[in-house]
Amino acid sequence: MTVAATFEIRFTRYLQPDGREAADLPSFAADPRALVPDYRAMVFMRALDAKAVAMQRTGQIGTYASTLGKEAIDAGIGGVLRKEDVLLPSYRESGVLMLRGVSPHRTLLYWGGDERGNVFPESPRDFPFNVPIGTQLPHAAGVAYAMKLRREARVALAMCGDGATSKGDFYESLNAAGVWQLPMVVVAVNNHYAISVPRRMQSAAQTLAQKAIAAGIACEQLDGNDLIAVRDGVGRAVEKARTGGGPTLIEALTYRLSDHTTADDATRYRSAEEVAEQWKQEPILRLRSWLHAKGAWSQAEEQALAKEAAAHVQKMVQAYLETPPPGPEQMFEHLYARLPRQYAVQLAQLAEETERDVEHHAG
Amino acid sequence: MSNITLVEAINLALARAMEEDESVVVLGEDVGLNGGVFRATAGLQSRFGAERVADTPLAEGLIAGMAVGMAAEGLRPVAEIQFAGFAYATIDQLLNHAGRLRHRTQGRLSCPMVLRTPCGAGIHAPEHHSESPEAMFAHIPGIRVVYPSSPSRAYGLLLAAIQDPDPVVFLEPSRLYRRFKEEVDDDGTPLPLDKAFVVREGTDVTFVAWGAMLREALDAAEELAAEGRFAEVIDLATLKPIDFETVLASVKKTGRCVVITEAPRTCSLASEISANISEQALLSLLAPVERVTAFDCVTPMFRLEEKYMPDAARIAAAARKVMEYQ
Ligand SMILES: Cc1ncc(C[n+]2csc(CCOP(=O)(O)OP(=O)(O)O)c2C)c(N)n1
Repeated sequence: MTVAATFEIRFTRYLQPDGREAADLPSFAADPRALVPDYRAMVFMRALDAKAVAMQRTGQIGTYASTLGKEAIDAGIGGVLRKEDVLLPSYRESGVLMLRGVSPHRTLLYWGGDERGNVFPESPRDFPFNVPIGTQLPHAAGVAYAMKLRREARVALAMCGDGATSKGDFYESLNAAGVWQLPMVVVAVNNHYAISVPRRMQSAAQTLAQKAIAAGIACEQLDGNDLIAVRDGVGRAVEKARTGGGPTLIEALTYRLSDHTTADDATRYRSAEEVAEQWKQEPILRLRSWLHAKGAWSQAEEQALAKEAAAHVQKMVQAYLETPPPGPEQMFEHLYARLPRQYAVQLAQLAEETERDVEHHAG
Repeated sequence: MSNITLVEAINLALARAMEEDESVVVLGEDVGLNGGVFRATAGLQSRFGAERVADTPLAEGLIAGMAVGMAAEGLRPVAEIQFAGFAYATIDQLLNHAGRLRHRTQGRLSCPMVLRTPCGAGIHAPEHHSESPEAMFAHIPGIRVVYPSSPSRAYGLLLAAIQDPDPVVFLEPSRLYRRFKEEVDDDGTPLPLDKAFVVREGTDVTFVAWGAMLREALDAAEELAAEGRFAEVIDLATLKPIDFETVLASVKKTGRCVVITEAPRTCSLASEISANISEQALLSLLAPVERVTAFDCVTPMFRLEEKYMPDAARIAAAARKVMEYQ
């Protein structure tokens, strides 16, 4: 027997959990102050997230999927994508969307049960939040195909979870991206759980990144709690795709510090010790320690930022609460480019019922 | 006898079936240690082991396809799809394989599998978690479709579904999972898979409903009773095949019928039932059959779900319409 092929999976990390450097930094990190905007974004994300969880608890929004612990991934991706690129998020990507310019009150609308949460005026080509697991990945291949067909220097970047990598949609999309060398980047956010199912039960593969090898495309594993690693790895993949180098799968290692959603109780399937251990790895503390050590961030700035974030959160909550409730006719709006005339009967029924409700409440 | 909720009745039936028949296996996402996102499989893994209560990788096509393979090989798989909105990916396996394995092999192989999934709106869930796809499943030849509306019927129908020699899609009204309790006798008695249940007798109009809509139909019947009009309420319970004998007998008695479904109107089961009544009881009808359905819209996110789904008021309005018809 001879060797038909050999492969290796690279892992990227620049910052250790305590913020010390683990390798020579990429050039974009030469001036630590250049990463302050990313740090600020991460702090904003966490503040918004904590508020959203609290709002679910008090009934102001419905079930919500927390972003706690993945801020470096979201900030890193948001930081390297260009406006003309297309993001295809899962439901857990409100952090990246914020950096795409989408006002975070949209996130509250979305989880508050209102379709207007998927209206992204500030980033109109991006795909909406995606709940059916993995189904956004074939869309990414289609988006990337369109970009390639038109010879555009744009990139489709899709995000999914570790659970999603078990779906046919995932393999099929990577495979197609390889066949056509599409300008597509998939970031698999490996937070080690798909609700209660741990990563090891999704796949016997040593890494999720290596799933790309079967599709013949580039791949890399990186520390998703290390902002510099995310920026570096995703940045390289995005530029490669943009310049005709083809697709990449990136596995970003992190940990879901929250429950799966507010409807979940993670204590049923994982220990407090495990979670406590993971808190030592979390991305914000890591980046802050590094910035502090570099003298690029002060205690005073930190305090000012906390205030600023709190004020921003308040503004977003306000914008959410001040959005007038959707009228029932929203159900029929944007259903077709032009609602077929056959819908008139149902519209009339809705109007009649709405009127009856109004009378009922008045009387 | 114990006084339990619908989801507890599902759990009880699963435990009973696993206890009585070693070939029964449960598979799905989060069904093991977590006990299912609605707790329908709570405690089963610790009782019957991780081989018989298996958390699968996240892939609905896999779950349905594996169930086909397991069933053909003599197991009795009970697969859980976490929400009906994610069961669309199983339709390939159900339509191309589960429903036709027996026929394609002329009886050589069969597919005694159950695919359970929570259905319907009204629980303030996120997008894609409130679907009512029952008509899509009922359209598939070779499978049965069951949709209980109470703890005791859920218990008996699930046992029957597991024992049935053919594939059964078992739809569970998530809105009723914990809405009310009922006395359920854990005696292992299955209910027939082709019988509707007359749950309230009446003389003036027949309501045909299933799943969560049965509660709305009962509320509407109560509202009408206050006006001196008496609705007979039928829980269809099995959507394929449909027990038309029970439906037609009632319609022949009342002369009027309102069929209620939470699904969009076009090509809904309400349309199927209405067509059958027209064919078989036209001369008994005092008014056209009314369909009370959801609108032909994408299931809206929860801010508007109350406006979308039929409720007692919409049903009562339809009942008044058929009663005032001349
Ligand atoms: C196709 C599909 N199946 C099941 C679900 C229910 N569900 C929602 S999230 C989830 C787990 C997803 O895990 P993962 O892909 O790792 O992403 P994470 O939530 O951890 O970010 C499941 C099973 C779904 N939304 N879509």
